[in-house]
Amino acid sequence: MADLTRREHDESEALLHEALAGGHLPRWSALGVAAASVAVAFLLNLTTGVDGVAGTAVVAMLVFLVGQTAWSFVVEGRRHAIDRLATTFVYATFVIAVVPLIAVLGTVVVKGAEVISVEFLTTSMRYATPTSEGGGIYHALIGTLEQVGIAALFGVPLGILTAIYLVEYAPSMRTRRLAHSISFFVDVMTGVPSVVVGLFVYTAFVLTLGLERSGIAASIALTILMLPVVVRSTEEMLRIVPRELREASYALGIPKWRTILKIVLPTAMSGIITGAMLAIARVAGETAPLLLTTFISQSINTNPFKGPQAALPTFIWDQFTNGTDVSVNRAWGAALVLIVLVMVLYATAKLISRFTGVKSS
Amino acid sequence: MSTTLEPPGAAAPATGTPDIRGAAVRRGDRVFVGLSRGAGILILVTMAAIAVFLIWKSIPSLQANTANFFTTSEWSPDAKPVVFGIAALLFGTLMTALIAMLLAVPVGIGIALFIAHYASRRLASTLGFVTDLLAAVPSIIFGMWGIQFLTPQLQGFLQWLTTYFGWIPIFQNDLGIYTRSILIAGIVLAIMVLPTISAISREVFVQTPRTHIEAALALGATRWEMVRMAIFPFARPGMISASMLGLGRALGETIAVALLLSATYEINWHITEPGGITFAANIALKWNEAGTIGLSALVASGLVLFVITLAVNMGARLIIARRSEFSGAN
Repeated sequence: MADLTRREHDESEALLHEALAGGHLPRWSALGVAAASVAVAFLLNLTTGVDGVAGTAVVAMLVFLVGQTAWSFVVEGRRHAIDRLATTFVYATFVIAVVPLIAVLGTVVVKGAEVISVEFLTTSMRYATPTSEGGGIYHALIGTLEQVGIAALFGVPLGILTAIYLVEYAPSMRTRRLAHSISFFVDVMTGVPSVVVGLFVYTAFVLTLGLERSGIAASIALTILMLPVVVRSTEEMLRIVPRELREASYALGIPKWRTILKIVLPTAMSGIITGAMLAIARVAGETAPLLLTTFISQSINTNPFKGPQAALPTFIWDQFTNGTDVSVNRAWGAALVLIVLVMVLYATAKLISRFTGVKSS
Repeated sequence: MSTTLEPPGAAAPATGTPDIRGAAVRRGDRVFVGLSRGAGILILVTMAAIAVFLIWKSIPSLQANTANFFTTSEWSPDAKPVVFGIAALLFGTLMTALIAMLLAVPVGIGIALFIAHYASRRLASTLGFVTDLLAAVPSIIFGMWGIQFLTPQLQGFLQWLTTYFGWIPIFQNDLGIYTRSILIAGIVLAIMVLPTISAISREVFVQTPRTHIEAALALGATRWEMVRMAIFPFARPGMISASMLGLGRALGETIAVALLLSATYEINWHITEPGGITFAANIALKWNEAGTIGLSALVASGLVLFVITLAVNMGARLIIARRSEFSGAN
């Protein structure tokens, strides 16, 4: 070995490797084939009926798939060709996930930014018509904040209590049937369509109990929608609170309920807050239950218990289905505000969970 | 851990009696158990109440209906005579959900694989964040985007589809109009259920025992063979239930579909033509113009939707639950 030059050594290594592992495509193969396929697609774009950015991209993709698979099949054999095909597919799904998100956010930001102004944020639609400029989302913003706020006021404590029952009390009970069915139906409840929850609140609270179609009816629907999400996330957080903490507390003679309040909950608090914020973000954009349980209003109404109350999602629905240019623009403006609201909640929740909280390891 | 662990003296009952089953302690625990169990029972009551009220309030319209509820396509519950049925709703709901599933299941599982086993750690966490963000976009925004951005973008592709594949009945398009169709609604739904499918599949994929993966690789399997032989068999129940949960979401999606479809009450197999309606979209669209019987009819259709999604979700949960019982790994 010593008298071999480095180059000869490398070559012999490569030969040995090839003898053992079979042929391999060169490192640059993926990039090379990609470049070639883009070139082919571009040529087809110029010479045949293939047109548009999307069309060309799809053609390039197909050429890439066929080209790389064929080449690999010849050099490396069937198994590696299939592996490369699968790898390409898996990487392509990454693009498929990112493209719609960028397209959606891009559309909302571009169309919404044209409309956003101080006036848009601070006036209601009281004196605006579907065809007149002006008007804004102030009334809808108030409605959304109140409705979602009330929903959080009910939904978060109820959810946390349920999770406490499932994690802290149920395991020490003699019969677990109740806990099992609660746990199961919490999961099932996550899947109940929001429009069905809207129907329920309307039939039960408005038709039967005589509640007005108002902000509070919407809040009840949002509470039901947020409840299972809060339960699940809180449950997860409580479960990763170390056993030793609880046992240390019991060993000091502290009753269970005080242990939960003073030891378990504070330890899991940041995770619970994160879960609650995600649940709030999730229901803030719900439209269907609001359409069923409130009347759309064009004026400011700060009282969620009385009269029609607007909200951002129903504002968007109303303006968008008006169909006039001015209205549709207003809908996009409101959509931008709504998405910013949701994303801020979301990002804050993620940041809280990243920098604080119980470490599961 | 920066929690406020109080010294025993502060937290223990002030009386300081050694008897931990003292009356004060027991009362506190009893109140707390009662509260927390009450909250749990409230969830069960809510689920039961949803079923009861939907059944109760749908009875008037079902009694007044002069047509067959299941086989009629027409929807005129406030007319005389009362005629309505769910055939068209059922068709539209199942068709849009089917298209969404065909597109979203392979892609969602691909994303989950990418995050769990293909991407570098950094890229994986970024993509995880991206799919989560996708889940946070309100559905009404997907609907608006579908109409104003996606539909124009898809025109060329849909025309191409009809030109070259029009001989397949479902791609036939006699109208030459390619907007507000079941296919477009299905595509938007697919994007909306992607996060659900990929998030749950991802969770199961990362639980695959490391030893299975390494054994497959050590035997000379390519990465794809490893995925097929080690990951998929382990994760199959998880993938199935992830898809079913996605299906549940696609079936019940309301506002995006209500904006995207043109609400015609007929069974049209030409999925690129305008038309179609789903349970949820119909409820949202007809709600404010419905009379007494009309509302009751919408509740009846909501009841059917509730039963379908309930069945799908319970099935998915049972599959997951069964898996966690017998998988000895980890």
